[in-house]
Amino acid sequence: MTYTGWFVEQFGAGLGWFLANLTLILAIAFPVMVGVALAVYADRKIWAAMQMRRGPNVVGPFGILQTFADAAKLFLKETIIPAGASTGVFLLAPMISFTLALVVWAVMPFDAGLVLADLNVGLLYIFAVSSMGVYGIIMSGWASNSKYAFLGGLRSAAQMVSYEVSMGFILVAVMMYAQSLNLSDIVLAQKGNVLGILNGNIFNPLLFPMGIMFFITALAETNRPPFDLPEAEAELVAGYQVEYSSMSFALFFLGEYANILFMCALIPTLFLGGWLPPLDLPFLYAIPGFVWFLSKMAFLFFLFAWVKATVPRYRYDQLMRLGWKVFLPLSLFWVVVVSGWLMFTGHFAAAPGVM
Amino acid sequence: MSAIASEYLPVLLFFAVGIAFALIFVSAPIAVSALTGTAKPEAVKLSEYESGFPAFSDARAKFDVQFYLVAILFIVFDLEAAFLFPWAVSLHWGGESAWWAMMEFLGELAIGLVYAWKVGALEWE
Repeated sequence: MTYTGWFVEQFGAGLGWFLANLTLILAIAFPVMVGVALAVYADRKIWAAMQMRRGPNVVGPFGILQTFADAAKLFLKETIIPAGASTGVFLLAPMISFTLALVVWAVMPFDAGLVLADLNVGLLYIFAVSSMGVYGIIMSGWASNSKYAFLGGLRSAAQMVSYEVSMGFILVAVMMYAQSLNLSDIVLAQKGNVLGILNGNIFNPLLFPMGIMFFITALAETNRPPFDLPEAEAELVAGYQVEYSSMSFALFFLGEYANILFMCALIPTLFLGGWLPPLDLPFLYAIPGFVWFLSKMAFLFFLFAWVKATVPRYRYDQLMRLGWKVFLPLSLFWVVVVSGWLMFTGHFAAAPGVM
Repeated sequence: MSAIASEYLPVLLFFAVGIAFALIFVSAPIAVSALTGTAKPEAVKLSEYESGFPAFSDARAKFDVQFYLVAILFIVFDLEAAFLFPWAVSLHWGGESAWWAMMEFLGELAIGLVYAWKVGALEWE
């Protein structure tokens, strides 16, 4: 019996469906929020270790409760709404950022069949929701009525839309191989796709450059260093977050790290074979797919933290040059190359699902 | 309700749950600080932050036109990507004629990109 089926039997069709999905949603939302707290801790620890420091080590064993202490402190702080701010928009902006960072997880397959909404246009949904993330930032920049926030919001919006363009083209190349927008189909299409034994688009020479570009684009999309221009504490103090305090600030922070974690989950799904083991060998399937998925996420997050610890921040004109003059033409050209290769080697001869 | 539409209901419910969490997270600290008396708004605290100086002009002033250009270029190329999505997943139906048609479209947009590049729309000082 399915999970939803059991609830429907116990509580009737309407209420049973509601309770089943509500529990599933909470089973995604709470681990994401706790995951964010642990990711912040891991980020600080990795960063510290690379700089020969100790990092947080006071609250809880090895300092692991540091983020929870920070969150509790923020919760008890006073929410300051500046006199010049537009109150409604000012409070709405962090809510948008947070909600969007949470709901994007609805289509993420954690294991075979382990997905809340297995939409057949899952990738389009992700693309749409991550586009809307710009609203939260530009609204906060505008509503704060402060110069730092305004400049930070503008910068961040321009940066996010610039990299979203090449991100779209990279997604096109991936979905041409899978012939589907469904994330589960994209993962399954990577099963033994290279030499019959390697699981993952990243091992495909045609998609390898796309994988690297997607990683860099993901850094820019999530405002991670070296692309953390919107925050640029030396010039803009904290960008669009400068007027925020208490949980309103924490919601931006949660949203930002939830987006980072989401990118750490999306890259494995698109390029590293999702919940599949890296090699298509039967004994590796003894380890549950969920474990493979989480370890790939952890590996990606380590890469994110590694980049943060080692790479200096970009200048804004360099950032825009990279986005518009390098990534956009390159990804556009590569879509032509990949589609041409697939067209004239007969990849499209069979209907999808037959391969 | 059709089967396809009902697939989206969990997403809708997820939105409702996300909004509920966000509302609680924003309103609860306001209520808590009001009740415990930590909320003590005063004129200086509520003024906008400008590194300790009083603000000497409105923040919502003129800004670089370059941001508009980026937004317009974004619309053009993001729409292009949106057109590519259905094309990419239906190439097995369209075949070579669909491929050549899209190559022509991409070529035209590439000319647009070259033009924007030449007139300096992508330059930041």
